Amino acid sequence: MATTFLDSSELVLNMGPQHPSTHGVLRVILKLDGEKVIGAECVIGYLHRGVEKIGENRTYQLFAPYVDRMDYVSAVSNGLGYCLAVEKLIGAEAPPRAQAARVILTELNRVASHLLWLGTHALDIGAITPLFYTMREREEVLKIFENYCGARLTTHAFRIGGLQYELYDEFEEQVKTFCDEFAGKIDEYEELLTGNRIWVDRLTGVGILNAEDCKQYGVTGPVLRASGVVWDVRKAQPYSGYDRYDFDVPTRRNGDTFDRYFVRMAEMRQSVRIILQAIQQIPDGPIMARIPKVLKPPPGEVYVSIEAPKGELGYFIVSDGSLRPYRVRVRPPSFVNLQALNKMVKGALIADVVAIIGTIDIVLGEVDR
Amino acid sequence: MAVTPWSSPLTERLSDRFTYVAGEFSTYAGQRFFTATSAILPALLEYLKTDESFDFLVDLTAVDYPQRAQRFELVYILYSYRLNERLRIKSNVAETEKPPTVTGVFAGANWLEREAFDMFGIEFAGHPDMRRILLPDEWQGHPLRKDYGITQMDNDWVRENLGIDSGQ
Repeated sequence: MATTFLDSSELVLNMGPQHPSTHGVLRVILKLDGEKVIGAECVIGYLHRGVEKIGENRTYQLFAPYVDRMDYVSAVSNGLGYCLAVEKLIGAEAPPRAQAARVILTELNRVASHLLWLGTHALDIGAITPLFYTMREREEVLKIFENYCGARLTTHAFRIGGLQYELYDEFEEQVKTFCDEFAGKIDEYEELLTGNRIWVDRLTGVGILNAEDCKQYGVTGPVLRASGVVWDVRKAQPYSGYDRYDFDVPTRRNGDTFDRYFVRMAEMRQSVRIILQAIQQIPDGPIMARIPKVLKPPPGEVYVSIEAPKGELGYFIVSDGSLRPYRVRVRPPSFVNLQALNKMVKGALIADVVAIIGTIDIVLGEVDR
Repeated sequence: MAVTPWSSPLTERLSDRFTYVAGEFSTYAGQRFFTATSAILPALLEYLKTDESFDFLVDLTAVDYPQRAQRFELVYILYSYRLNERLRIKSNVAETEKPPTVTGVFAGANWLEREAFDMFGIEFAGHPDMRRILLPDEWQGHPLRKDYGITQMDNDWVRENLGIDSGQ
């Protein structure tokens, strides 16, 4: 009689779209065998706003603020990628001073994005404390953004051809103070987490994605590097003068959740390293290239990509010689990386799904565009 | 800047191997691309992946040119980790045509092809799961087509599911 309770049929469980650990409106349909996950299907599009369609109906300059709203926790990176793509299309280049400022702001944004990831990821898993610390440090970065351009999140910091605003007077000092203090702060996080046995046991061996699978799915960013592939767009195809700075590409071998955590922590240190080098040698000169006010790129198409905090962010722009892009395609790292979720959760426990979603570091604004 | 012809050992090997590579090999703004007929895409990508080390499908998308006889242009962007090079393959398909899927070559093409189907209505033959991905399954129309207006939407769907007359 007792055996009737042991029904081993497959159970389908809906997770999200209003689940706090899905970091937005992601719905995952989990197929379960008891506690074990057999498969996961992502249902996305809840945040679809038709960004690419909007791009076809705005002038090149007017579309720039829209790209900030995709990956809204790293708006500066989105803007940089778009500006570089249009600059490539018109054959212009930002002046050295603007490039240095771009690198500093973009790296600060990488730190802010990773901090938000770290706080929420730890919170998902059950470590509540780091969230308060990471938000505190992220606030300092947002203050710098606010001082620079008046906005904290959707900054629209860059313009096609360079910068709109000159750096403010205390910029260098503030950035330097932040970097000096932040290095110690990372040590504090690591003390809380990296050396914490519960944390390590919770993450090790969870959601393994090896290098071969990463390539199959086109996964990029920290997820790829955690699987042992030394590849970073900033090194492979440098832009904005990244080749002038000395920095490492942190990698790990196992491709599990702990390695992805470790890679992102190391990346924050490298970002600080880049910022400190850049801040010492901001060249003088103009901040805007000489580009026409009415922008009509010659007919043609280009693909330009950058290393966003989540991975390779690419823009494929087709110009027909008119005021508006004929087609703007965004290659979103979150969208492509999320596709590997099914592979990563197979065979994991249901509690690990939360950890694995957190470790891919997705932003649904970018997945759905 | 202009489109300039591109020739290299790779282009020679490709022309030898695939007689149906239609367009000439070109570069624009330092970026390489060529056109191929859609029927050979899986074989072409498989060859590029295994023999020429272009093992990363960066992106797969489409562009709509309604005035052309073959209105859609599929765009495949490949990258080689070993050579640190990018390559773009374009392929023209008509509205009625069903280009073959490349999910057998790159698993990551799955969602990208679904997105192209969702946004342009290009159906990929042999795709394991040819459904919409971003828009609701019952939605009518494909928004990134040029004849789909910026304020246009599926009013029936919105009325039925959201209970409002129009979002505009």
